[in-house]
Amino acid sequence: MQNPFRSEQAAFRFVWLTIGYFALIVVGAAIDRWLGLAVFVVETALIALWFTRRGDTQAPVKQAPALHSAGERRLLVVANETVAGPELLAELRRLAEGVPTRVLVVCPALNSPLRHWVSDEDGARVSASERLEASLAAMRAAGIVASGEIGDGDPLQAIADALRTFAPDELVISTHPEGRSHWLERDVVTNARERFALPVRHVVVDLEASAAVVAPAASAADAEGSP
Amino acid sequence: MSAHAEAHPSHPQPHRGSANEHPPPIHYSSRINPGIIGIFLFLGSEVMLFGSFFTVYFFDRVVTSHVHGGSPWPPYIPGTHTQYERPWFLALVNTCILVTSSFTMHWATTSAKRGNRAGLCSGMVLTLLLGTTFLLTQVVEYHRIGINTSNTAFAATFFGLTGLHACHVFIGLTILLAMTIRAFRGHFSPEKHHGLEIGGIYWHFVDVMWIVVYVTVYVL
Repeated sequence: MQNPFRSEQAAFRFVWLTIGYFALIVVGAAIDRWLGLAVFVVETALIALWFTRRGDTQAPVKQAPALHSAGERRLLVVANETVAGPELLAELRRLAEGVPTRVLVVCPALNSPLRHWVSDEDGARVSASERLEASLAAMRAAGIVASGEIGDGDPLQAIADALRTFAPDELVISTHPEGRSHWLERDVVTNARERFALPVRHVVVDLEASAAVVAPAASAADAEGSP
Repeated sequence: MSAHAEAHPSHPQPHRGSANEHPPPIHYSSRINPGIIGIFLFLGSEVMLFGSFFTVYFFDRVVTSHVHGGSPWPPYIPGTHTQYERPWFLALVNTCILVTSSFTMHWATTSAKRGNRAGLCSGMVLTLLLGTTFLLTQVVEYHRIGINTSNTAFAATFFGLTGLHACHVFIGLTILLAMTIRAFRGHFSPEKHHGLEIGGIYWHFVDVMWIVVYVTVYVL
């Protein structure tokens, strides 16, 4: 539902819609009071129906990255606790080998729903910032040119935000192994493949065992079968 | 996403996030725009406020027509067989004045967006004058209507609803006055007119509420 007072122009339009709505009711009521009531019911029902139908037709738009200069590879990395994991670094180093590569690391500021709704995000952003710094330092040491941002608490929204300013060739999502990963539990990788029109590479980082399992880009089966 | 860090092997980054630095920048979530949340909360509170007054009005109307043996609406003046007379025609004129002020407000905003300063200033002055006329006409109406809040429940709800709206108009006029002064001082431009936009939204909201009040209280 769109806010009828989202802008001055929309509010001005709403004034005229209100006049039209009540004018019909008054005309109906002037003829017969029950007709006025019937007009009110029908108009209200039609508006409710319009809102309902309108909501159903709003399908999410598949987002594709913008074009960038040829010969350059751009990687968008989304990771939280695993952002400085050795497996992720190794994978990025492998992907950057022999090709001029730009990496944008997005670290979602994960927060509890309650804290999110009361806008208490400072702690989450400080934690995300510290993890991002550690990751960027590790990449620097590994010779990878990268920039970093703190993203929305929702990883999919964080990716969508980053796509508006960065045009990646590939999306790399780093998670804990299945069973320990909240993102895998919420099907973040599968949803990212459905929502974004670019290859999605899933890197599993086992911080405890320090053993990486890399799932190929477009295979949903691989994503499901990740350990 | 406001935080942004560049990492390059040859450009070490300063440490961020320690306690002695500035707090992190304000984060505006992409999903919940603070402006949208704000305007929804405002509208919600206003709908509840007006809704409570309308509830009392309709309750009184239903009780009057059913409990008191199907007496007409508006009810009889106590001790007489004469109905209260609602000044619907004067209120209609007032409605036209307020709707016209919405037009001039929109003209002012559109002029600001197009860089037409003369149109902006003229629109703001006209809106201010029309709003003031509306308020003064309502004062005249109160003076001549011949009832007061202590007469009956109808009179109390009538003054309650129209008075509540008049308070909103007064607040709107205060905002409009500030915006008009700013318009004459050249504070608004095609790129920067957010204050005007917000004031316009409020003024149109006041207009919408008046249409609801007019139809409910004066016509139906």
